[in-house]
Amino acid sequence: MKATRYGRKAALAVIAAGALALTACGSDNATGTNANTQSAAAMKVTGTLTGIGASSTGAAMDAWKAGFAAANQGATVQYSPDGSGAGRKAIIDGSAQFAGSDAYLKDDELASSKAKCGPEGAINVPVYISPIAVAFNLPDVKELKLDAPTVAKIFRGEVAKWNDPAIAALNPDAKLPDLKVTPVNRSDDSGTTSNFTDYLASAAPEVWTDKAAGVWPASLKGENAKGTSGVVKTVTDTPGAVTYADDSAVSGKLGTAQIKVGSEFVKISADAAAKAVEAGKPVDGRAANDVAIKLDRKTTVSGAYPVVLVSYHVVCTTYDKKETADLVKAFESYVVSDEGQKVAADAAKSAPLSKSLQTKAKAAIDSIKAKA
Amino acid sequence: MTNTPLTTQGAGRTGDKVFSGAALAAGCLILAVLFGVALFLVVQALPALVAPPDKIQGGHGFFAYIGPIVVGTLIAAVIALVIATPIAIGVALFISHFAPRRLASGLGYVVDLLAAIPSVVYGAWGAAFLAKEIAPAYEWMASNLGWLPIFQGPASATGKTILTAGIVLSVMVLPIITSISREIFLQTPKLHEEAALALGATRWEMIRMAVFPFARPGVISAVMLGLGRALGETMAVALVLSSGALTASLIQSGNQTIAAEIALNFPEASGLKVNTLIAAGLVLFVITLGVNMVARWIITKHKEFSGAN
Repeated sequence: MKATRYGRKAALAVIAAGALALTACGSDNATGTNANTQSAAAMKVTGTLTGIGASSTGAAMDAWKAGFAAANQGATVQYSPDGSGAGRKAIIDGSAQFAGSDAYLKDDELASSKAKCGPEGAINVPVYISPIAVAFNLPDVKELKLDAPTVAKIFRGEVAKWNDPAIAALNPDAKLPDLKVTPVNRSDDSGTTSNFTDYLASAAPEVWTDKAAGVWPASLKGENAKGTSGVVKTVTDTPGAVTYADDSAVSGKLGTAQIKVGSEFVKISADAAAKAVEAGKPVDGRAANDVAIKLDRKTTVSGAYPVVLVSYHVVCTTYDKKETADLVKAFESYVVSDEGQKVAADAAKSAPLSKSLQTKAKAAIDSIKAKA
Repeated sequence: MTNTPLTTQGAGRTGDKVFSGAALAAGCLILAVLFGVALFLVVQALPALVAPPDKIQGGHGFFAYIGPIVVGTLIAAVIALVIATPIAIGVALFISHFAPRRLASGLGYVVDLLAAIPSVVYGAWGAAFLAKEIAPAYEWMASNLGWLPIFQGPASATGKTILTAGIVLSVMVLPIITSISREIFLQTPKLHEEAALALGATRWEMIRMAVFPFARPGVISAVMLGLGRALGETMAVALVLSSGALTASLIQSGNQTIAAEIALNFPEASGLKVNTLIAAGLVLFVITLGVNMVARWIITKHKEFSGAN
């Protein structure tokens, strides 16, 4: 008994020290977002916030939870990675205070969210940007240049060998092997698949005739594996295999393709992904404080990498209680702040939100209010 | 003084009542749980069963969606049993009738240990090791046995096929079939065995004449238990199999099992998709129920041949 009691005390001390250290770090780093940190600190939020949603943001979410709890004693965030669909359902029926989702609310979901989220319904706040790499396992080839129709053909199984003229024409200098092309896709329903197929369906509609969806088209032959780690592992083990995966998960052994945008080829990077999101348009018919972005997959903006996943936090515009509203505002302000984006980038190698997007997101968060 | 025996008698009756009550409650509880599961599945599955065909994944209605997956589930389970049954019976016979006693107990323990490994470990082993190693064998099968529809090429480059999944499943069902068969073989009446040997039978003939007829119903139920595990196994298949449309060839990627389909798609499912997946679960429930009923029927049919009477 005694031992455990001491153990617990020691643990508490360690936690407190850690929290102090982290808060100290927070105030040091917050030069750019002074206003955010101050308002969050001034609010003195406490309580527990419950979120349900996408598993793709899991690593970033853990970092946010830890960072937020450290900066706000007495406030905790619980997040259950049950999937984007489950998250959107939970915010609509009021069982969660925020949802993580790889897609913004659809119009009918927005309409039904008005029952629990006040007359203006729920809004989408972009919090996480991740570029999706086209990664391949070719001996001696680390970089390839591909355009959307060629990528679509590869993943439809219409390119048999790596030295196919379609690939060779784009890569005159590469030593392409006479190796079978083995496309590998995700076997589970995922936001990565949904964004990748959305890119293919928008940028190469003449080749990719299927609709964008989280489940890979069943009619296509091809290999698959479970989860991002599964596809990366399978491709790493199989020469000639190619897949799409979050850039952060692609190991050094694999090559990544440069994607043709306009007339140039763009290498995958956090900056290029942020630029592509920047080029997106606000979704039609949404309120001014809803930051849902219609990505322009066919963008020709120089240096933009359009194969990108944007993950949102879906929050209510009106909460029943002031404490809940304050807690949501404090947490989301932290998430989109420089520091929040930095810890996510460190933990999950996501691309930080651009300055203008951050401003829009912050404005949206500030519009959250409690029921009068 | 005369009170003491009366009290003990009374206590005995109370104990009796409590125990029979508890047993009855346990019996009823399992029925209630089963009924509850069935009810949940039916209620949740209903929207998918009555939905317009174009709303279901694939766009041709629920039965067009589930049909190929059911066949895939059966293919994987059959592969597992075809591989595991002879090996399991051989191992069980070796332990019960051939091995020296000290080796037998150790071997039995090791086989039982196989059942203690979590299925996700089998899955990881299959996906990360077996598939890669077995891919060249598939290449060979495709070029030499390709005239058989089940070995038709081109073979999968990753080796993550339904045959690999079946092999992993066979390792997983092996301990169940082995340990039950072993227990049954050990229960063969000694008199039958000795009688067979006394009549001049060799050891193998003795096993054929005395052990197998006695053990048949038990072995069948062991195989059926194994089949149940193979049908319902989720994680290993989800990790190993590179799923796809129904394919006759066992060495190409393709096919899918119900349990893996549910596991892979449930986390991100919403709306009607959830109902569709639960309906798939209902189908698996019905299949497993059917398998168990057939097993019972076979066992009762074979009872009269058993050496037990």
